[in-house]
Amino acid sequence: MEKKSEPRLHGVMAEFRSPQELVAAIRKSREAGYIRMDAYTPYPVEAVTDALDLHHTKLPLLTLAGAVFGAVAVFGLAYWCSAINYPLNIGGRPLNSWPAFIPATFEGAVFHGGLAAGIGMLLLNGLPRPHHPVFNVKRFVEHASKDGYFLVLESGEAGFDAAAARTFLSALGPIEVNEVENE
Amino acid sequence: MTQETTYTAPESVGRLGRIGLAVGAAGTAACVAGAFVAREQLFRSYLSGYMWMLSFAVGSLGLLMLQHLTRGAWGVMIRRILEAGARTLPFVALAFLPVVAGLHTLYEWTHADVVAKDPVLLHKAPWLSEGPFLVRAAIYFACWIFLAFLLTRKSREQDATGDRALALSMQRWSAGGLLVFFATVTFASFDWTMSLTPHWYSTIYGLYVAIGSAVASMALVCLMVLVLGAGARPSVPFQARHLHDYGKLLFAFVCMWAYFAYSQFIIIWSGNLPEETSFFVPRLNGGWKATSVALVAFQYALPFVLLLSRGRKRDAARLAPVAALVLVARWLDFHWLVAPAFSPHAFTLHWLDLAVPAALGGLWFWLFTLELRKGSLLPVREPFLQEALAHE
Repeated sequence: MEKKSEPRLHGVMAEFRSPQELVAAIRKSREAGYIRMDAYTPYPVEAVTDALDLHHTKLPLLTLAGAVFGAVAVFGLAYWCSAINYPLNIGGRPLNSWPAFIPATFEGAVFHGGLAAGIGMLLLNGLPRPHHPVFNVKRFVEHASKDGYFLVLESGEAGFDAAAARTFLSALGPIEVNEVENE
Repeated sequence: MTQETTYTAPESVGRLGRIGLAVGAAGTAACVAGAFVAREQLFRSYLSGYMWMLSFAVGSLGLLMLQHLTRGAWGVMIRRILEAGARTLPFVALAFLPVVAGLHTLYEWTHADVVAKDPVLLHKAPWLSEGPFLVRAAIYFACWIFLAFLLTRKSREQDATGDRALALSMQRWSAGGLLVFFATVTFASFDWTMSLTPHWYSTIYGLYVAIGSAVASMALVCLMVLVLGAGARPSVPFQARHLHDYGKLLFAFVCMWAYFAYSQFIIIWSGNLPEETSFFVPRLNGGWKATSVALVAFQYALPFVLLLSRGRKRDAARLAPVAALVLVARWLDFHWLVAPAFSPHAFTLHWLDLAVPAALGGLWFWLFTLELRKGSLLPVREPFLQEALAHE
């Protein structure tokens, strides 16, 4: 059942024995011109993140925007309440007693920064997602959370040839190479 | 990396030390000249410059104990830098003598006629008198020098014997040592700078000065990492992940300093009681207002924004300018603590305010580099060294 919008193959998967082998495979794949790829490890491996160049996401910017919004909003609320909507003379202090607003402003920045980081993370990584094509591979299900280090060259890019990708990955010394089907 | 690898200081450390000595000698000559033309001003400038230098030595001791206690990879890599900083404490104690000579010029509570007419100072006299002041100063220095030399001696013994019990012993001494550290730094700051405004009191003041010293020595560490980690064959193989930790620690200490500074301010501002506001009134009005704003900008706001960047924290060359900015801001902090006590209405910056930090800072840095060149730049028999050196 071929669909134009979604190719039959999600990509080609290779399994490696160690994070070092996985990182080496990622580097070689990038050198060979592959762009769309993803890696799966049982625990976070900083070197894999580096090799995939995943540090440059929009998430820090979203977090900063959330924090700035929170700071401005909370300070604005405090200012509006104290100086405009319900001005009160408290011990002769000025209506805009900004030092008193700072703790709440800071907390507002932290809270909205945290919210933006959490929600932004979900928006960017596509979670929650009940199923993913990689689970169609039996060894992935058995080993991805235990001791397997997987690399998937994904089919989305122009000129992707599954047979060529399979040959390329097999040359890198993996345990097994599998085609990942979308169905 | 094998056990036999040696980590000796690069030639650049000796060169920087000689520059420090030259600056220190020139500054000292200027101070000697100042003793003849502006004696009172010399003592005032000396106190703020002295506190600035002290914060590096004391901060190194504090961070040294913190890293023994927590045993992170970050600490193993910079232990020798912190040890070199802590081992300058005998010189720092010696450099306290001019403050003793200037007691009568600096502190209002040494004037018997003023105290006799002032019920508050009379009440504080058992604490704020010359005798108890000098005894306490001796106790502070004794505690600091004892801890610094005990910990560095054990660390060198570890280099020689590799006795694994030493690591545990240093950790245990550091736990108690940190308690002593916070008590002594708190009371030293009460004695030496808080008592410049003898009616005023603030219990958080000691933590403000203590965390300021952590900021100072962490900034110094960031600069030394650039020196020691430079070149194709660096003296110490610092990695981006180590630098990332130092950048994060500098960020954290800068935030903590701001937290203590703001806590002190907001409590006094909210209470608005005359005996508590006497510290802030001169600093937030008139001539010192701009200095207060500059202090917040350069010791908090600007470093905060710059250190948000992950890339900057992982790159010694980009981290160093932030650290240098913080070092200058540390001096401004002590100028802000000391100078308004003598000139509450108008901002002052005498040439001696710059000559003293040059003299003390230069000489201190020279001694620091001498200590750094004495031995290995890494604790070669530390049980966690291989883990700290490992690549990810």
